[in-house]
Amino acid sequence: MDQELLTDLYRKMLRIRRFEEEAARLYTEKKIGGFLHLYIGQEAVAVGALSVLQDNDYVMTAYRCHGHYLARGGNSRAGMAELLGKETGCAKGRGGSMHFYDIPRRFMGGWGIIGAQIPVAAGLAFAEKYMGSDGIAICLLGDGAINIGAFHEGLALAALWKIPVVYVIENNQFAMGTPLEKTATTDDLSIRALGYPMARETVDGHDVFAVRSVIHAAAKRAREQQLPTLIEAKTYRYRGHSMADPAKYRTAQDVEAWKARDPIKVLGEKMETLGMKSLRDQIDQEVEDEIQDAVRFAEESPFPAPETALDYTYV
Amino acid sequence: MSNAMEKPVESAMREIQIRDALQEAMTEEMLRDERVFLVGEEVGGYNGAYKCSKGMLDQFGPKRVIDAPIAENGFAAIGIGAAMAGLRPIVEFMTFNFSLCAIDQIINTAAKSRLMSAGQISCPIVFRGAGGAAFQLGAQHANSFEHFYAYTPGLIVVAPATPYDMKGLLKSSIRDDNPVVFFESELTYGKRGPVPEGEYIVPIGKADIKREGSDVTLITWSKNVFLTLDVAEALAQEGISAEVVDLRTLRPLDREAVLTSVAKTHRCVIVQEQHEVASYGSWLSHMIGTEIFDELDAPIKVVSTLEAPMPYSKALEVVLLPSKERIMQSVREVCA
Repeated sequence: MDQELLTDLYRKMLRIRRFEEEAARLYTEKKIGGFLHLYIGQEAVAVGALSVLQDNDYVMTAYRCHGHYLARGGNSRAGMAELLGKETGCAKGRGGSMHFYDIPRRFMGGWGIIGAQIPVAAGLAFAEKYMGSDGIAICLLGDGAINIGAFHEGLALAALWKIPVVYVIENNQFAMGTPLEKTATTDDLSIRALGYPMARETVDGHDVFAVRSVIHAAAKRAREQQLPTLIEAKTYRYRGHSMADPAKYRTAQDVEAWKARDPIKVLGEKMETLGMKSLRDQIDQEVEDEIQDAVRFAEESPFPAPETALDYTYV
Repeated sequence: MSNAMEKPVESAMREIQIRDALQEAMTEEMLRDERVFLVGEEVGGYNGAYKCSKGMLDQFGPKRVIDAPIAENGFAAIGIGAAMAGLRPIVEFMTFNFSLCAIDQIINTAAKSRLMSAGQISCPIVFRGAGGAAFQLGAQHANSFEHFYAYTPGLIVVAPATPYDMKGLLKSSIRDDNPVVFFESELTYGKRGPVPEGEYIVPIGKADIKREGSDVTLITWSKNVFLTLDVAEALAQEGISAEVVDLRTLRPLDREAVLTSVAKTHRCVIVQEQHEVASYGSWLSHMIGTEIFDELDAPIKVVSTLEAPMPYSKALEVVLLPSKERIMQSVREVCA
């Protein structure tokens, strides 16, 4: 076991978890408006997938985007400030919870229309291929996105035009409150790749190392052969669809079963087994300090000035 | 032509068709900038459904002139993503009727990415194709959707009429760093007009006085410029001097040109191939009425497409569309 890697993945996942727990608290204090879709439970997918990318690869995702932003290296201060609608946010308070960006790291959002990011991400990868770069795009989507037209058009064109893009369905079992069995004829979601066709893979989204492994292979296929891949990562969100959702459509036992193999808990225990307990405790404290600093920064930051309300509409 | 300032003085003029003016604009911009490419249904091997990209596949190859399957949402979005990543795509819709399949991407992705990212993302892309009714295409192929796009902050909407303006404005649109929706017309692709040999552009956001007059201002855009110029000629026979303002760009509107003309003539008729309810022309009328109410000697009239989906029969189509007779009648009423 590569202890440095283990430590890094643990820290990245914990950072997302603690960021979002604090966001939930601020939401209940009415400091965050609108929707707040928490990623808690799914951290191993974002961290595993993005940890094998190059700096010149693009990342695009749906509205449940805080985890991917942080996993790509996004600044926690700017993320928390964005949630509070502050000028210091990663989109200067113009984007909000669903629209995080970190353009220098090629984290391209944060999109609120289900499935719309799927062909757009293909466009990012198309541009890399057009310009002769070895960059690719990775596009994350929920299981709720697999029936909309943009999903099929995006995948069909990515396969037809040999676009170097990796699609990851984060199957957290529910499209808002609707369970997967009501929206799909099979629980094998990557099977949809067969029609275009493109390579496919299914992975345990709670196993950060397994996620790394399949994304690494898919990224290599994209980079070296300009071929797309469709991956299903089976995962679970512990919280409701958004903060407004008490999640009454599932049992506490279901949630507990997934929590029993929580990826952060599993890695934390592994570190203890490997005699790295004090290092883990140190990381826990560092992450805690970082997130508390982010909250403080966000709360102390100014709101955008009213006279800037129309800015950023045109170049 | 009144826009002499925009033209190189020494260029020789030729008479060319609008489809060739568009082809020249795209070809010149693709030669000028390697980031520009064309994607759409039938744009390559077929040379364009209306032959606007004739010869371009042969000249530039399949990397830059890309035949797309029928998947408007998909290929429009790939264009948008490519624009975000630094390319400058031209996305052709065979007609804007089919742009509805991509309208979520145009409005929610292309138009809003700049605001949502606080200026970190820009989307330099052109969506172009034919809009409006042609001869008897039936209800689903005769839509005029300029107002859908002109309603949306973040988009630029261009709707020129003449070959000269088509070429000059398409070149400006391709060079612009904002998403541009560019309307053409099936009925006028074969229309000829003077276009200089040399390089020129027509700036976005500038209206053009296509005919000067003193009694009434007729405001229009796109192919109805030709109809309205015919009307102005006929009105001259009746002793009414009509000024024809061709908006050329709907968003941003050249307010100064509009208000200056109406303040001069004190009367205004707007001619639009739009249903009037919640249309571009009805807003334009409101804007003029609000800004220079005291200059008006008569209520503004708006001549629009009547309120029904377009029927197929030629006997009915002409009833719905703005006609020379309806425009003339409106002008006579405001000049009475």
